[in-house]
Amino acid sequence: MGTDFENVEVTTDLLILGGGMSACGAAVEAAYWAKKNNVKVTLVDKAAMDRSGAVAMGLSAINQYVGIKDGDNTLEDYVRYVRQDLMGVTREDLVASIARHVDSSVHLFEKWGLPIWTDDKGGYVHEGRWQLMINGESYKVLVAEAAKNALGIDNIYERIFITDPLLDGDKIAGAVGFSVRENKFYTFKAKAVIVCMGGAVHVFRPRSTGEGLGRAWYPPWNSGSSTYFTLMAGAEQTCQEVRFIPVRFKDAYGPVGAWFLLFKSRATNAMGGEYMVERRDELEKWAPYGKTKPIPANLRNWLGMLDVMEGKGPIYMRTDEAIQKIAAAETDEKARKKKLKHLENEAWEDFLDMTISQALLWASTNTAPEEKSSEIAAAEPYFIGSHSGASGAWVSGPEDLAGGTPYFWGYTNMSTVKGMFCAGDASGASSHKFSSGSHAEGRIAAKAAVKYIVDNNAQPNVEPAKVDELKEKILRPLQVYEDNYKKTTDPDINPNYIRPKMFMFRLQKIMDEYAAGVSAQFSTNRSLLDRGTELLTFLREDSDKLAAEDLHELMRCHENIQRMWQADVHVRTIIFREETRWPGYYFRADFPTIKDDWKCFANATYHADKDEWEMNKRDILSFID
Amino acid sequence: MPSFVNPEKCDGCKALDKTACQHICPNDLMLLNKETEKAYNREPEMCWECYNCVKICQPQAVEMRGYADFVPMGATVTPMRSTDSIMWTVKFRNGMLKRFKFPIRTTPEGKAEPNGGFDEGDGDLNSHQLCTGPVSHGLDSLTVFKK
Ligand SMILES: Cc1cc2nc3c(=O)[nH]c(=O)nc-3n(C[C@H](O)[C@H](O)[C@H](O)COP(=O)(O)OP(=O)(O)OC[C@H]3O[C@@H](n4cnc5c(N)ncnc54)[C@H](O)[C@@H]3O)c2cc1C
Ligand code: SF4
Ligand code: SF4
Repeated sequence: MGTDFENVEVTTDLLILGGGMSACGAAVEAAYWAKKNNVKVTLVDKAAMDRSGAVAMGLSAINQYVGIKDGDNTLEDYVRYVRQDLMGVTREDLVASIARHVDSSVHLFEKWGLPIWTDDKGGYVHEGRWQLMINGESYKVLVAEAAKNALGIDNIYERIFITDPLLDGDKIAGAVGFSVRENKFYTFKAKAVIVCMGGAVHVFRPRSTGEGLGRAWYPPWNSGSSTYFTLMAGAEQTCQEVRFIPVRFKDAYGPVGAWFLLFKSRATNAMGGEYMVERRDELEKWAPYGKTKPIPANLRNWLGMLDVMEGKGPIYMRTDEAIQKIAAAETDEKARKKKLKHLENEAWEDFLDMTISQALLWASTNTAPEEKSSEIAAAEPYFIGSHSGASGAWVSGPEDLAGGTPYFWGYTNMSTVKGMFCAGDASGASSHKFSSGSHAEGRIAAKAAVKYIVDNNAQPNVEPAKVDELKEKILRPLQVYEDNYKKTTDPDINPNYIRPKMFMFRLQKIMDEYAAGVSAQFSTNRSLLDRGTELLTFLREDSDKLAAEDLHELMRCHENIQRMWQADVHVRTIIFREETRWPGYYFRADFPTIKDDWKCFANATYHADKDEWEMNKRDILSFID
Repeated sequence: MPSFVNPEKCDGCKALDKTACQHICPNDLMLLNKETEKAYNREPEMCWECYNCVKICQPQAVEMRGYADFVPMGATVTPMRSTDSIMWTVKFRNGMLKRFKFPIRTTPEGKAEPNGGFDEGDGDLNSHQLCTGPVSHGLDSLTVFKK
């Protein structure tokens, strides 16, 4: 392979990292303000924008649409919904900031060509209160197309894997990375950066560990790049304990939203009991959130988990019952047949648009949903601050919503590092933005970043020595391999290095067993966490011995370093928060209850210069009743 | 379910400027074997079965085989994607066949206009309004908290 790399330097004003939903939002918005203000914009994605990120396969629903124009809901309604779902821990200013712009993004998607289902009167078909049904096979293609048309392909770099930030004192100055196609090391110099590199998966051991390892609910290509990048830049992190565990159709993780919300299906256990009914009393313990509707996602998880822990599994989604019930409402035989056909179509489309494996699993187990129930189960923990988790960087709110409070420091969505903005999964404490809200948030961040550039128009200084140091560190796994692979007869077994796949398995085993993964039934305590931390420390030391045979494996090395840091900040924050607040996400057996004095944010900052962590409690401010 | 390539159908994308499956895979899995000039999935256990390589391959050389560690054998799910719709053929293990067709876009390919045809707004960098707002919201002004 060789470690002879050409240096490529790109100087720009605004650098967008990632090409997913939030980055595409950032691109369309930035292009507009950039033209007016003479600002240059550059976007970098590790993959091909048409099909990169969590929406690569498509989606069957837009999960955030507030419907303000039709008076369906208000901004306040959405903020209350998110606050309730996250057990009180949310940045109301950020949630509102996204909610007031999200409908605009959805209307743009429709103009770009996304087929959104409409009813007889031309109104959108809702899956639930906030969700719209779409024919979303090409959702990402369309959103990327608008972004590319706005930016121009000359300003887009694909297949460049970003690793570390460049800093000039307390300001961001750019980013470095490498091509996964040719021996090129990239230095991007910029006045402002928007981090949009998604969340993380495979930090925890997934349920399938053979060929199905990649079939996690969250896409295997998002590896915690956002968290790693912002941590290394010194940005304060928030809610890094608030992982997300989705309950989905077992093994292939097909979506359940349409079944619960649209088809009104029940979930029952082996004895036919309904945990949401039988375990209602348990919700009292998690008051006030357990006692108010809608019941938070993590508490719904928790009730189901209690059934499983008591040996009452499997839990079944009663698809057969739900479909037959809807069809039975049609009295006319012909109308009933037609209705059944229609429902069957909807059920399959839900999978074919966003989790094709589930369709294949149904087909391979001869499952016709109208005839047979299917198992559902809790997946493993993921980091996806845009969904029902909340992990990400601590960012400023907008002045008109948060001005005069500690939540505002100059530019909307800017992190605690000057000039470094975050959106989508990269920004924390603003859950439930999903695909549409992430797009809107990218737009918000982009406009603010252009304003920052106009106000701070000097190109930051980048020390060439620092770039050289990073280059050596980033390419090291190639050298480690080169120097050692001939020392044994099997390149996989070598005492001088560790290959990224085994490194990942080591991380996953630690997290699974000590940090409340699947095999620990999502519970942990201080002793387990301390032991996990000790093992993570050894892992970090060994990360210097990662080896890569080629560029693809070099990317895998860095993905797993990123996962390791995601794990580290997660474990530290779980240790810091001495209570159990989201029992269906993780349970602290030594602090088994929710506590008033922990109704706050648990924030973490990594100081790279001293290799030290700082943990802080931050107040929750409420802007509405 | 990990993708695999039928060697009889794969032409190595010789007529194109880049290998389509390799270009599109979000996880950098598809690779062209330089000697055989056929593509293959280099890391099947990191495949998400997003089907993007299947959908993009013109000679339809890429297919899926259910993850061997939990999917019973014999079923197939096959897409045919055109410019405005997608056709799916689902073959069950027991031989049952189902076909579905769904629209994928309502505009011609490549034609997504960034501003969606909405008025772009007042261009004030200092306001909290975004480009195309407030028209694209369907409102007259930006929403703020009711005090
Ligand atoms: C299985 C699943 C189902 C979902 N269902 C729905 C739904 O039905 N409705 C809905 O509205 N939302 C849904 N969501 C949520 C939605 O997908 C996310 O909220 C949204 O994609 C987040 O946007 P993002 O920009 O933060 O990340 P992503 O869209 O994931 O984009 C991340 C980008 O960063 C790039 N990247 C990553 N690492 C690097 C690196 N090191 N260097 C360079 N680039 C990098 C990736 O290639 C990608 O382009 C779902 C999510 C998942 C995982
Ligand atoms: S599998 Fe298809 S897309 Fe890939 S190289 Fe062969 S012909 Fe091209
Ligand atoms: S199905 Fe998706 S992840 Fe798997 S090889 Fe094809 S494009 Fe890559």
